[in-house]
Amino acid sequence: MKEGLRKLLLGLAVDAIRRPAPKPLRPGERERIVPDGPPEPRGELLALALLGFGTVCAIAFVAVYVTDRIPNQTQFLGLSLGLALTSFAAALIVTAKKLIVTEELEEDYPAEEHPEEQQLVVQTVHDSGSRLTRRTLFKLGLGTAGGALGVALLTPLASLGPVIDMDPFYGTPWKGGRRLVDENGRPWRAGDIEEKDFYTAFPEGADREQLGSAVVVIRLAASDFKLPKEIAAYPAHGIAAFSKICTHAGCAISLYRTPLFPPYDPAPALVCPCHYSTFDPATGGTVTFGPAGRKLPMLPLYVDGKGHLRAAGNFDEPVGPSWWGVRLRKPSP
Amino acid sequence: MSRLLLVTVLALALAGGAGAQGPAGDAKRGSELYGRYCYACHGPNGEGRTHVTIGAAPLRTQAQQKGMGPSLQGVGALAADFYLETGYMPLPKIGIQPRRSRVVLTSGEIASLTAYVASLGKGPPVPTPHPSRGNLALGFHSFSDHCAGCHQIVAEGGYVTGALPPALEDASAVQIAEAVRIGPFVMPRFSEQAISNHELDSIIAYVQYAKHPDDRGGWALGHLGPVPEGLVTWFVGAAACLGFCVVIGQRLRKS
Repeated sequence: MKEGLRKLLLGLAVDAIRRPAPKPLRPGERERIVPDGPPEPRGELLALALLGFGTVCAIAFVAVYVTDRIPNQTQFLGLSLGLALTSFAAALIVTAKKLIVTEELEEDYPAEEHPEEQQLVVQTVHDSGSRLTRRTLFKLGLGTAGGALGVALLTPLASLGPVIDMDPFYGTPWKGGRRLVDENGRPWRAGDIEEKDFYTAFPEGADREQLGSAVVVIRLAASDFKLPKEIAAYPAHGIAAFSKICTHAGCAISLYRTPLFPPYDPAPALVCPCHYSTFDPATGGTVTFGPAGRKLPMLPLYVDGKGHLRAAGNFDEPVGPSWWGVRLRKPSP
Repeated sequence: MSRLLLVTVLALALAGGAGAQGPAGDAKRGSELYGRYCYACHGPNGEGRTHVTIGAAPLRTQAQQKGMGPSLQGVGALAADFYLETGYMPLPKIGIQPRRSRVVLTSGEIASLTAYVASLGKGPPVPTPHPSRGNLALGFHSFSDHCAGCHQIVAEGGYVTGALPPALEDASAVQIAEAVRIGPFVMPRFSEQAISNHELDSIIAYVQYAKHPDDRGGWALGHLGPVPEGLVTWFVGAAACLGFCVVIGQRLRKS
């Protein structure tokens, strides 16, 4: 039994690697289309070797993936799969270049087959229009209809952003009396806000994902503020709130510069980490450095009877990155 | 009886000695060191010097310097330990950002100076953080919230206008805990309400992890993110592809 199995396996192996002699053409069989080429045993061997290497690499990928304990796992995964694909590609290239018989065929551009009939079609088209008396007007009508259809197809582009109706740009969830809450929904107390620290606040009970929602809250000594008259009353007990969205490209203002030793250290500033637009909170968020084109919107605040911080209205400036016409009007209070 | 007494006294003395080792320094020696290294800027008794008249002599123009050093009264052992252990102080020049540098004082001298500064006013002691109690995921979240804007997401350091937030690769757990509470130079100060002690432990755990992060992708490129990665893609990857195309094209032209 064992002997028989060995013989079978040996036979299969010999059958796999032997070179069978070409069979002679039997009568009635078709002639070759592609010319016969000489055999290329070295090319064959090379292609086989490449395929074998690719197989080993692919198996190695599986092994590395299953083991999941090798240092630099990801790198070995990439290496084995990359080598497998490369050697497979190389094997295909060798096969195409050396083993497949190739020939070049050139075909001339065919001559016009039916010149009379083509002429006939041209004349038919020309003659078919003979009933039209107002040709120019008709062309105009066709052009207009086509143009209108084009406009209709382009109209959905308007969904990319408002062109005429800018109101959504000015709207924010802030209005008079709305409490400032932290990310867990707890209302901020005026006593929680310390100098030289900064806090993020959201409008209570409103959508936090809206551009105008997030504000950064800071505290300065009341004497440090040098605010213009219109916004002089915006801070409450030295606490000031600004939109967290930079007016340049809309990144979040996540840097607060606070001097430890004011005579030498740079002055307090809110800084955007994207392009280093720097805003001075003491003057109401004016730009002191960087690409931002306009001041940071400031939110008027007051402290209610329970010591909670509340908005006294809307921002003094439109929130978010600037757009055409941003200076045309202020957000509605 | 007397032998028992002797043993008790000895044991007490040993216990006292064991308790004294560590940061407890000699405030008197500290005051001498203060006179040598700190007095010129921070003034007598750590009062600080905010307005100094210089050149006040006959026939010389008088000038007001706007300030030299802040007051140290009430900053506590916490601040002194931070500034001395990191080499931030003594500052080589007035008015520059303190940077991590060679520590000139011995640890005994630092302990003495710290004890002296702590004796100037009521202030916070040197903290003892427990990063092992922290939660790495929470630390990552808090770090990205409060710190990454300036210090970069794996604490490689960065830029703000007017200052250079340092990389945190050399920062010890205690130093991180101290810096968060002080807010050195232009860094904000975080109270226990803004960053709780547990959150702080987690942040420290994250910063320590970020010193050797798990680089799944292999070549970390300094952990600087998409800009160097894009540069490698364009100037190495794309250049290699182009070169390959040129080679193929030349061989085709020859044949």
